[in-house]
Order: sequence, then structure tokens, then C-alpha cells
Amino acid sequence: MQVFAYAVGGWLVLVGAAGIVRSHHLVHTVVSLSVAQAGTYVFLLAVGFQWNAVAPVFSTSADTHRAVVDPVVQALTLTDIVVSATVTALLLALAVQIQKRHGTVDPDELRALKG
Amino acid sequence: MNRRLRYLVFGLGAAGLAVLFALALAGLPGFGGDSHPYRDRAVHAALAHRTANVVSSINFDQRALDTFGEELILLGSVVGAAALLRPSRRESERPAPDPEARAVPDSVVLLCTVMLPVTVLVGLDVIAHGHLTPGGGFQGGVVLATGLHLLFLGGRYPALQRIRPLAGYQFAESIGVATFATPGLAGLAAGGAFLANVLPYGQFASLASAGTVPVLSLAVGVAVGGGVVVLLAQFLEQALRYSGER
Repeated sequence: MQVFAYAVGGWLVLVGAAGIVRSHHLVHTVVSLSVAQAGTYVFLLAVGFQWNAVAPVFSTSADTHRAVVDPVVQALTLTDIVVSATVTALLLALAVQIQKRHGTVDPDELRALKG
Repeated sequence: MNRRLRYLVFGLGAAGLAVLFALALAGLPGFGGDSHPYRDRAVHAALAHRTANVVSSINFDQRALDTFGEELILLGSVVGAAALLRPSRRESERPAPDPEARAVPDSVVLLCTVMLPVTVLVGLDVIAHGHLTPGGGFQGGVVLATGLHLLFLGGRYPALQRIRPLAGYQFAESIGVATFATPGLAGLAAGGAFLANVLPYGQFASLASAGTVPVLSLAVGVAVGGGVVVLLAQFLEQALRYSGER
């Protein structure tokens, strides 16, 4: 039961990768990649979790002795989300461009490189 | 490669990865335990700089260099998307749609009108208090940029275009990135390290505290807000103004 959170992260990565492999539409491919990246968020946050700990944000100097969950992995997750959003934007722009050049968004129908 | 072979290769790879992942999990410290050495050091360092939000302290103080790199990734992505989405010569500009043609329910228009100032205010608040409460430049910038697009959801694209002079937002993005580098160079001059926290730390949990953290958070907020507006604008222009090849 304790490894459940870690396992969810790993499962999301694999399911996202499976979605990419099975994809018939480039937008679906990009969304599948986002699912796979979401697995890394779950995994990172699970690594930093601690039972009965609070969020790493203090309101007064009196409660600074309380146990908090790991802020380092939370900062990493934030970075992860920002990078994921930028990658998604770039890939969607590429999908738009491919639709314009090749007239299809099915990865299987993209055969040859075209200038 | 046909689909069957591709599935087979993926199945083998995924199964191998799953086995290795399970083995790795067996060696991890238990879930929810109280041993977090990085946490202890990060919290200690954040409190030494009187930053109430430890995550912001990591992003904008302890590992500000990484955030600078992240900013540049965002900038690169916006430039790349803008370059990819610029209309080609073969595309024709679609005539402006009749404003009456696209009927949006009055309730949606009302909700968007009410929520627009609220969302913009929340975005500014999230940026301004990034070092005190959960939030910061990235989150607030995204809230700000998406808030402006409520105007589009309310069916008024011309109104969105009016409050969105794109050149201004492009300028905002570049100025945000440049502003991020400025305290960094000041740190290099005064503290001997790029992005060193050289401003006075102030009083714990007050608005003027944590040294350079709120300054950098504001810079990131401006850059992210501008960047997301420019990014979404490229997609909206592509979808609304240009038709496919003729």
C-alpha cells in the first residue's frame, strides 16, 4: 500500500508512452506526452511527502519548527510543469505546421520528409 | 515499421521498464517517512534569508540560476512557436467573421465580464505575495494571461485584440527576462555570485522581506504573463484569421 503513490507515477508514464505509440492523431500524441509527464509530477511529490507534515509555507516565525513536506521536489515539479507547458506549445505548433504542409495529422501517414 | 511490430517493441520495452521501476521502488525509503535531508537544508536556508514560502526561496534564491534557465526555455519556446505559426504566403486571410454570427449565451458573457477583473486581481496578488503565500511569478503570470482570454471566451475577440497590443506583450516578456538578469548582475557585483541575494532581508513574513525573491518573482510574472499572451495569440490568430491552403 505504501508504494501506491510511486506506482501511480510509474503507471502514468507507461500509459502516456503507450498512448504515443498507439496514436493516430498528432494532437492525441501531444496529450499522451503530457500524461506521461504528469507521472513525473506524481512521482516527485510522492518522494517529498511526509505523513502529518504541512505545506512548506510558514505564516509566522512561531510555526517554523513544524514538519513540512519536501519543498525541493515541489520546486522541481513547478519547473517540470513549466517545461512541459512550453514543450506542449511547441509540439502543437509543429502539429499545425504538419497539417498545413502534409494535409494530415496521422503520424502513420507521414512518410517522407518534404521541404 | 508496421503497427504490430511497433506494439511488440513497445511492449517489451515497457515491461522491462516496469520491472526495473518495481525493483527501484523496493530500494526507495518508505513513503511518507520523516527523512528528507534536502528539505532540512532548504528550509534552513530559506529561514536564514527570511523567506516564508520555502518553494519560492528555492526557485528565486537558492536555485535562481535554474529559474533563469527555465525563463530562457520559455522565451525560446515562445519564439519558436511564433516562428512556426507565422502565416505562410500560400494562406489567405479569412474575412472577419460577422460579430452577430457567433452567438454566445448572455450568461457566459456576464460570467466572463465579472470574472475578468477578479482573475486579473488574483493574478497580481499571486505574483506580489509569491514569497509569503503559495504562488509566485510563474503561477501568477499564467493566471493573468489566461484571465485576459476570458474576453475571448465571452465572444469578443475584437475586444481582446484591443487590450492586447501584441508588441507590448512581446516587450513585457523580453523586459521580464532582462529584469531577471539585472539583480543577478547586481549580485555578481556586490555578493560575488550571480543571482546572490544582496537586498536586505527585511522582517520575516512581511511584504518587504526575503531580499531579491519578490523582485525576481515580479520579473518572472511579467515575463510569463507576456509570454503566454504572445503564445496563445499565435494559436488564436492561426485558428481565427487564416484559412488553410487554397
